[in-house]
Amino acid sequence: MSAALALVAVVLAAVSGLPGLVLPRDHVAADRSAALLLALAALCAVAATVSLVPSVPEQTLALPWLVLGERVEVGLDGLSAFFLLPTLGISSVASLYAVAYWPAHAHPRSARRLRLAFGLIAGGAGLVVISRHALAFLAGWEVMALAAFFSITAEDEREGVRRAGFIYLACTRASTLALIGAFALLHAASNGFALKALPGLDPFACRALFGLALVGFVLKAGAMPLHLWLPGAHAMAPTHVSAVLSGMLLKIGIYGIVRFASLLPPLAVSDGVFVLVLGMASAVLGVAFALGQHELKRLLAYHSIENIGIILMGVGVALLGRSLGHPEVELLGLAGALLHVWNHALFKALLFLGAGSVVRQSGSGELDRLGGLARRLPRTALCFGIGAVAICGLPPLNGFVSELLVYLGLLRAALLSGGALGLLAVSGVAALALVGGLAAACFVKAFGVVFLGEPRTAAAAAAHEAPQGMLVAMAALALACVAIGVAPQLAVPCLEAAARSFDPALGARLGDLAPFGSISLAALALLASLAGMAAWVLRRRLRPTLRVATWDCGYAAPSPRMQYTSSSFAAGLVGLFHWALWPQLDAPRLGRRPFPGTARLHTELPDPVLDRLTLPAARWLAHASTWFRWVQRGRVHSYVLYILVAIVLGFLAARGDLG
Amino acid sequence: MNWLEALVHLAVVLLVPPLLLGVIQRTKARVAGRRGAPLLQPYYDLVKLLRKDVVLSRTTTWVFVAGPAVAVATAVLASLLVPFGERVAPLSFAGDIVLFAYLFGLGRFFTIAAALDTGSSFEGMGGAREATFSALAEPALFLALLVLVSLRGSLSLSGLVGEDTHILWVTAVAPVALACLSLFVVLLAENSRIPFDDPATHLELTMIHEVMVLDHSGPLLGAALWGAAQKLFVQSALLVRILVPLPDGPAPLRWVCFLAAVLALGVVIGIVESTMARLRLRQVPMLLVAASLLSAFGIVLLVR
Repeated sequence: MSAALALVAVVLAAVSGLPGLVLPRDHVAADRSAALLLALAALCAVAATVSLVPSVPEQTLALPWLVLGERVEVGLDGLSAFFLLPTLGISSVASLYAVAYWPAHAHPRSARRLRLAFGLIAGGAGLVVISRHALAFLAGWEVMALAAFFSITAEDEREGVRRAGFIYLACTRASTLALIGAFALLHAASNGFALKALPGLDPFACRALFGLALVGFVLKAGAMPLHLWLPGAHAMAPTHVSAVLSGMLLKIGIYGIVRFASLLPPLAVSDGVFVLVLGMASAVLGVAFALGQHELKRLLAYHSIENIGIILMGVGVALLGRSLGHPEVELLGLAGALLHVWNHALFKALLFLGAGSVVRQSGSGELDRLGGLARRLPRTALCFGIGAVAICGLPPLNGFVSELLVYLGLLRAALLSGGALGLLAVSGVAALALVGGLAAACFVKAFGVVFLGEPRTAAAAAAHEAPQGMLVAMAALALACVAIGVAPQLAVPCLEAAARSFDPALGARLGDLAPFGSISLAALALLASLAGMAAWVLRRRLRPTLRVATWDCGYAAPSPRMQYTSSSFAAGLVGLFHWALWPQLDAPRLGRRPFPGTARLHTELPDPVLDRLTLPAARWLAHASTWFRWVQRGRVHSYVLYILVAIVLGFLAARGDLG
Repeated sequence: MNWLEALVHLAVVLLVPPLLLGVIQRTKARVAGRRGAPLLQPYYDLVKLLRKDVVLSRTTTWVFVAGPAVAVATAVLASLLVPFGERVAPLSFAGDIVLFAYLFGLGRFFTIAAALDTGSSFEGMGGAREATFSALAEPALFLALLVLVSLRGSLSLSGLVGEDTHILWVTAVAPVALACLSLFVVLLAENSRIPFDDPATHLELTMIHEVMVLDHSGPLLGAALWGAAQKLFVQSALLVRILVPLPDGPAPLRWVCFLAAVLALGVVIGIVESTMARLRLRQVPMLLVAASLLSAFGIVLLVR
């Protein structure tokens, strides 16, 4: 029943762009039908989850007709349901936003293609999450990855968009290649393509399988050294696509890691250590790079790298707890990682949608060209503010709950294991604390520079509130952030079901380990006292006797350009991290004359992995392999010949005829 | 939980913090050879501010008003996690050390946002400094608490400092002393005291907290100062509970000892402020990193 419902949900999402193909090109019903179908898909996913959680362990459904000669199964267990909900939920909210944000009549060239691809991302991701067969998994993965490519490049007339799309395409091909390798190993180990637990795998094969899968999935999730596609793609895609990329596409990489780890026997301790260290590096460096960004969407993209790092830290703690035989550490780490998957999907989608509203209404995403938007876009400002507080992990919102679970896992790991592992857990706690402080600095900067103060340009001064449909989408996400922050108990059944399908041996109850009741109490107390103070302020009508200009220490003619900019705000922290960030500063020499001429100051933070390493290496490789170009002459029939030769050689190799 | 003690706790955190400021100011005056303002001067200031009218900048929004309000609310809520004179704080659970740190983070978020709301570069500058230094103070705070966590095996503040703190000093003097030193540095940094910031100045470019509330006036300024005093009091209380094991007597005796110890810490802060100069801004991060390293040494000493 629930497996069938999940399949229906996935199909509904995948076909959500189809009605738009037959409707007139610029008709509003096309966008509305897509949003409606995705909303139905999300409802089906909710129904499937409700009928599954918390009692049923797993539901499967065989689809014998899908691939000849293979018994392809789809299924829904706690883990699949946990990832299916945000996948379809975020897509449906983002498509609601798109009705107002990307209407067909304003984008006649790309609207149909984008709508189709947008639905296919959700459908492909849903298929990945529910498939129990490697080929179906790969098919869903490819549909999702390629549909995401077509969504990112919706505005392919812009050069930056084409570049970002190409880098994304290269990365997603590499990721698929690694996954094909992993599935080939899986086939060799289990003599089949079914995604089933492999209890008796020998340690070497286990490590090779996990390593390959980790490369493929981390490339998609975008953790620090393998994040090269992420900032560009998020910044260049239409905003509702960015929200879906960050909110759910990255999480499918996390799903892959968690699912593979659950299929394999308990991994070696060093694997858990590796994932934990990877998460720490990604979290700290991601937020450090975010601090130096000048563009709102690019800043948010680097924060996705940070949050994926926090999620990976939780996964690493869970793997360590499993290898060392500490179920409570395993449960806390896993619950923290999974809840952060939901939370990050909610608040990051909210922040991207808010950023889209800012860019659409004021014409720019450059932080230092904005300002004062809280007076012009008050509702957007409120929603963005809620998202900003949530992503910093501050109470009383949802980010705090999941970060607290990761902290608890790390703290218990530190208490239970001495020596090197204990010290690693301690450094994990310190890293998470540092990340929290840096994230708060970065988001108070982003919120302050964009929404507070005076507008720095005429375009920002002329901005006005976003249309209703966009506000409704943002408000729904903001409410969900508050709800999980105030009542985290609501997520516990889903978390426990997911934890049981990760490791059936997880007997410990999450409710006993994590202080959800006290968190609710503290959150409610905080909200109540703030509401009380707000009521007092409103009742007393804190009417100022005077509205004056900001006190400027006696300077007679302040201008909005004199406000503190985002670069100056972050300069101190960027300077402290210069050993990792290598910021570029083009500062003019003003000379010694009493009246220096005009001067320009330019600061930039190039991405070291992409701009300093990968692109030069790729250029060198392209140059070095020019002699190989003779195989590529643009004649289709010679390409067909190559394919034929490759197939024959592969066939002979498979038969063993080549020795 | 004892309701009476909880009420006393709430009354203490609402009423006593300005007295701590008064003690610090009196100490500084005495060391400088002056008679100094009355001990109750901060109360007079607060009452005066609360009765004044509000002047608001045309640039500001609701965020400007929310800044002081959130600062007060978070400081009071955080105080409920720290045992004052009682053995167990009014609110205590495994992991409340994280909530303790993050509540102050929330207060700071809104204080900085309120500063940016004015659109003035001075206040932007102060906000940037506060954000920078507090991000570095956060690991130091967590590492110092981790020393206690590994000694006590508890994840709540009441479990760490609620009872029998003398055992800490008996079992591991060096790590606990290092953690206390680190906590003291964090206390001075988070509350913008010398050597990080000079709370006595008002219009210089080397300021952090005072410059962020430069545009607040009347009751709003009063709330901002009150919240800052509460924050200083709560963080001092945590340090005092580690440093001074309370006697095992009846509750009133414990509360009196506790308050005396906090005010004594105020005297220590006053002496530090009188004998040190403000650091150059570039040196502040080094001192904060050093505080983290001190606690890290403490943890290394405890590795089994």
